[in-house]
Amino acid sequence: MKRQTYDGVVLTAPVSVPYVRYSQETAHWWIARALKQTLDVAGLAPRELDGFSVSSFTLFPDTPVGLTQHLGVSPRWLDSIPMGGASGVVALRRAARAVQAGDVDVVACIAGDANRIDSFRQLLSSFSRFAMDASYPYGSGGPNASFALIADAYMAEYGVTREDFGRIAVAQRTNALAYPNAIMKSPLTLEQYLSARPISEPFGLFDCVMPCAGAEGFLVMREDEAQKRGLAYARISGTIERHNAFPEDPVQLRGGWAMDIDELYEMAGCGPEAIDLLQTYDDYPVISMMQFEDLGFCAKGEGARFVREHDLTITGDFPHNTSGGQLSAGQAGAAGGYLGLVEAIRQVTGQAGGTQVAKARTAMVSGFGMINYDRGLCSSAAILTGGGA
Amino acid sequence: MTDKLLPPKKKNPQLRQMVPTLPPQMRSRAALGLTSAAARGAFMLQHCEECGAVQYPPRDACGSCLSVDLAWRETARDGTVIAETRIHASPDPYYRERLPWRSGLVRLSAGPTVLCHLHGDVKRGDPIRMDLKLDKAGQGVMIALPQERSPDMEDDPQLRELTAHPKHRRVLITDIRSPVAQPLIEALLKAGAAQVFVGESESWRRGSDHAAIAALDKVSVLPLDVSDPSSVKKLAAEIGGKTDILINTARHVRPGGVLGSDTVFAREEFEINALGLMRLAQAFGPGMASRTADGVNSAVAFVNVLSVHALSADPHYGAFSASQAAALSISQTLRAEFASSGLRMINVFTGPTDDEWHQPLPPPKVAPKALAKSIVEGLCEGLEDVFCGDVARDLEERWRRDPKVLERELAGGG
Repeated sequence: MKRQTYDGVVLTAPVSVPYVRYSQETAHWWIARALKQTLDVAGLAPRELDGFSVSSFTLFPDTPVGLTQHLGVSPRWLDSIPMGGASGVVALRRAARAVQAGDVDVVACIAGDANRIDSFRQLLSSFSRFAMDASYPYGSGGPNASFALIADAYMAEYGVTREDFGRIAVAQRTNALAYPNAIMKSPLTLEQYLSARPISEPFGLFDCVMPCAGAEGFLVMREDEAQKRGLAYARISGTIERHNAFPEDPVQLRGGWAMDIDELYEMAGCGPEAIDLLQTYDDYPVISMMQFEDLGFCAKGEGARFVREHDLTITGDFPHNTSGGQLSAGQAGAAGGYLGLVEAIRQVTGQAGGTQVAKARTAMVSGFGMINYDRGLCSSAAILTGGGA
Repeated sequence: MTDKLLPPKKKNPQLRQMVPTLPPQMRSRAALGLTSAAARGAFMLQHCEECGAVQYPPRDACGSCLSVDLAWRETARDGTVIAETRIHASPDPYYRERLPWRSGLVRLSAGPTVLCHLHGDVKRGDPIRMDLKLDKAGQGVMIALPQERSPDMEDDPQLRELTAHPKHRRVLITDIRSPVAQPLIEALLKAGAAQVFVGESESWRRGSDHAAIAALDKVSVLPLDVSDPSSVKKLAAEIGGKTDILINTARHVRPGGVLGSDTVFAREEFEINALGLMRLAQAFGPGMASRTADGVNSAVAFVNVLSVHALSADPHYGAFSASQAAALSISQTLRAEFASSGLRMINVFTGPTDDEWHQPLPPPKVAPKALAKSIVEGLCEGLEDVFCGDVARDLEERWRRDPKVLERELAGGG
């Protein structure tokens, strides 16, 4: 059966709570701040919260259920999306269908995480059962080591060099300098990228994100509701998600997008050439390069040539991760899975400020999450359109 | 090629000694199947009994057909390295002290992709032989080894963390009178042991082997009576700080069942075989446990030689079997108590040894030389349970299959 459109449902009120490297505050605190900000934009009181979707790694022992009492809200629709980097797009998919069906009028989608000293190590050691049994005991390099293995195989398979990855990281740092919330504030050169201390070969320091605390959020509502409240909004042209794609691949050289991308473009009624800007999930540049291929911007194995031939900065011919991505803005846990989506909503509604891409009407956002053992399992993507800048 | 491991320099007593830390220890129940196989040197993965798919990581339902009928089976060890990394940053205290650390992805010919430790002589594209070994946390882990033996390959620092290799280490053998003593000393020195201390009780009545052993290079004979607390403490005070491997060979054997035997002999068997182990552990254990991260000649293993009848009694050696069962039980508690230090407790189970106390038994019997070989192999491979000789291996298999059937068979002289 053909997927239905998302006609009449929109995304609005994008908010980012500025990130902090280490913070004593809890996930509850970060989520409360993002929720308050996004409700304020729409002129909604907390008691009026109708639907609530939450993504967080650090709420334990609470779940979003406990959060409702903690925050004093009484939603009639509640969702928990534990999909890490794929959370943003998946949250919007679930919320949009619920709004469309009339189960709920407004959904606040929020991701937020704490980052206390040592909380990263504790998260890694018990991230998943397979990680606990079969990856963490092997050097305890965490995701850096697991993705370094993927990068090593990918480089060998397609003849990619560290310089190619470096172009992605350097362009994102340029973008981050225009984004006031970015953790990284100083420029990065290709030489600095190449000579950085090794983390897990072939990765150096600037292949890796900096864990931090922070939160992101947005609202999903009917278009008439957004108009009534005078809010700028983005429409949803199409979305996809996939889990544990290609389990027979010995090592992950492609993500789940490759299974579903044709359907995404078909639903949106456009092709890759219609995309004005792309927000990929950049836990590592190699994963962004994989997305260029699997999302149809170039053929498989052509990712390196693609980055050599394009300018990935805000003013370039292929604006990518315009707020700096996680590599330069920081990775605030599950909020990392919202960063690109929230920025994309700002972009296509002309609210991106210093990072605004000229004439940005159509954006693609892709998510990638949860390295359960040897590969990321969740993939997602969405195409958004707006009134533009 | 692996760099040859050099003998350690003399330690500077003013420098801080590295405190033992352990690699990550938490595992699911299913993953303990790896530990169980590694403990005895087997390479086993879960196989689906319905569709035959080989599973990894360990799980509770088949990843191909959803059957929950998964059985641990011997599996082909060969595979190819498809990716490698050298880790330079880790939040884990154990690995932080040992960086950089190499790991890789291996595609096994049996099917699954395995994330594993990489021996220094293997790289991406190489065919490998996968091994399951116990790490310092006592958990089974995968390490990819070269398919062909390479010179000094056991000196690879990552492999050496997973074994109890005697090279450059100092060993205490507790009883010179055990027939295994001399071949064991020879096998240890051949494996590269730096020094061997040999305990001797009642030095006023030396055995016939004394002169030959005492004359050996790198060997010292020292007074030790495991039934005498002060003797054990005195020796521990003297050499406890430089005992890296302790091999308890002291044992007292008298044939006979329970009904007709004198309890005086039984008491003697328990004094030496069970309580002797306890005294040795109390005197030497804490010191060894504090030195498990102390460089090239760190403390690494406590070895106990047991009769395989510790598992199921031989009614012809009733009280002796009971003392062996007691010693096995004590060793299990010690293993739990040593776990936090990474000191390995190794039990070497042997069939009837070819000595005067087993004279009426028919062959096959375990020759002292074969027992010595098994002990040193257990150390070199880093095993936890070693079964030496055909009788011990046969009895282990029957015990795994059905302990009650084994008990009946042993009662009937089987």
